[in-house]
Amino acid sequence: MAYHFDFTFVPDYAGMLAQGVAYTLGLTVVGGTLGILIGIGGAVSRTWNVRPFGPLYGYYVELFRNTPFLVQLFLIFFGLPSLGIKLAEWQAAILAMVLNLGAYSTEIIRAGLQATPRGQVEAADSLAFTRWQVFLHVMLRPALRKVWPALSSQVVITMLGSSVCSQISAEELTFVANFIQSRNFRAFETYFLTTAMYFGLALLVRQAMHAIGRHLIVRRPSR
Amino acid sequence: MMTFSLWDIVRNLLIGGALTLLLSLVAFALGGATGLLVLFARIGKWRAPRALAQMHIELFQGTPLLLQLFTLFFGLSLFGLDVPAWLAAGLGLTLFTSAFLAEIWRGCVEAVPRGQWEASACLAMTYWEQMRHVILPQAMRLSIAPTVGFAVQVVKGTAVTSIIGFAELTKTGSMIANATFQPFLVYSLVALGYFILCYPLSRYAQALERSFHAAR
Repeated sequence: MAYHFDFTFVPDYAGMLAQGVAYTLGLTVVGGTLGILIGIGGAVSRTWNVRPFGPLYGYYVELFRNTPFLVQLFLIFFGLPSLGIKLAEWQAAILAMVLNLGAYSTEIIRAGLQATPRGQVEAADSLAFTRWQVFLHVMLRPALRKVWPALSSQVVITMLGSSVCSQISAEELTFVANFIQSRNFRAFETYFLTTAMYFGLALLVRQAMHAIGRHLIVRRPSR
Repeated sequence: MMTFSLWDIVRNLLIGGALTLLLSLVAFALGGATGLLVLFARIGKWRAPRALAQMHIELFQGTPLLLQLFTLFFGLSLFGLDVPAWLAAGLGLTLFTSAFLAEIWRGCVEAVPRGQWEASACLAMTYWEQMRHVILPQAMRLSIAPTVGFAVQVVKGTAVTSIIGFAELTKTGSMIANATFQPFLVYSLVALGYFILCYPLSRYAQALERSFHAAR
């Protein structure tokens, strides 16, 4: 018995799919930005062992890197209300993504900071750079430049991982796919199409990170 | 109404944890074997297998594991196969693992200096002899730390299979949380379970990495 593939449902649900894509991208942009900021804070605290943040960040990183994102999400969405903290599904989704990416980017950026040669800092000191200037221009920016490819990959991984946010009914792309297939019973076609859309999104996010990296971090010194 | 003692919860979670461990081991072993095939196709001389391997890697690295599982789950049933959750979970994770391991290992093979290829070619070794005696032993040494590190990702990846109904640790946790109305306690225990499985692997990977850098 031959199965007839039927993609005729697509135009009817195009609007919903577009909304799902927008939701997923929104989660990625907010989660990515805040996650990387947390990562910078963590990397700085860990590198110079700023008390009490350094050790705290250490526990946080190990905890979040050694448990699945799905369980973190469930703990935040289903678990926190019993402690009196009740979050809407989109808040829980963003919080989980930020915390998860924050833990990974802490370690990624820390590796970049540690790779700064001492001589560079000493050279900047002898040029009468202030502490803040040394940190920003001699340590942080070159560190981010070095680890930007790894950071980009991690953002893409987090974006792909956001598909499990459908399980707390955050209405991102996978949630939309689940909804559509429950209506048209074309499960394979729906998921196949959605998978292809994620593939496109991954390329898009990678390109966007590349562009951001070029403009924000790699800015060539003016001659 | 049935009441659950803490021991009831822990006992059931342990059963789920055992299934998580089993699924991780199976996915890692089969994924490793498949990944080796993908690796040889990816770094080989023939163009068609190379393109296929690259497609395999990009496809499974560029899409969510959850959607891979869904597509597999519903795709296989189109052929009239009745796919149980454990089969879809095992197959999906195997393919996922193979793509990542193949790419990690490719990096290791390419990190072996070119001179090693040239020197062994000068000794009139065939391609497979070069691989067997010169390249792979060195690449393998490089690959141990990232491979152990990726094992952590496999263990964590198994949590996603709960969504297609495989009753591993996370799924067991969800069911118990729904029955006991103690989600914070239960999901904390679930997280603890994953931590116990993953943390030693993470530390081991870090130690391996450090000792490797020291040896150089």
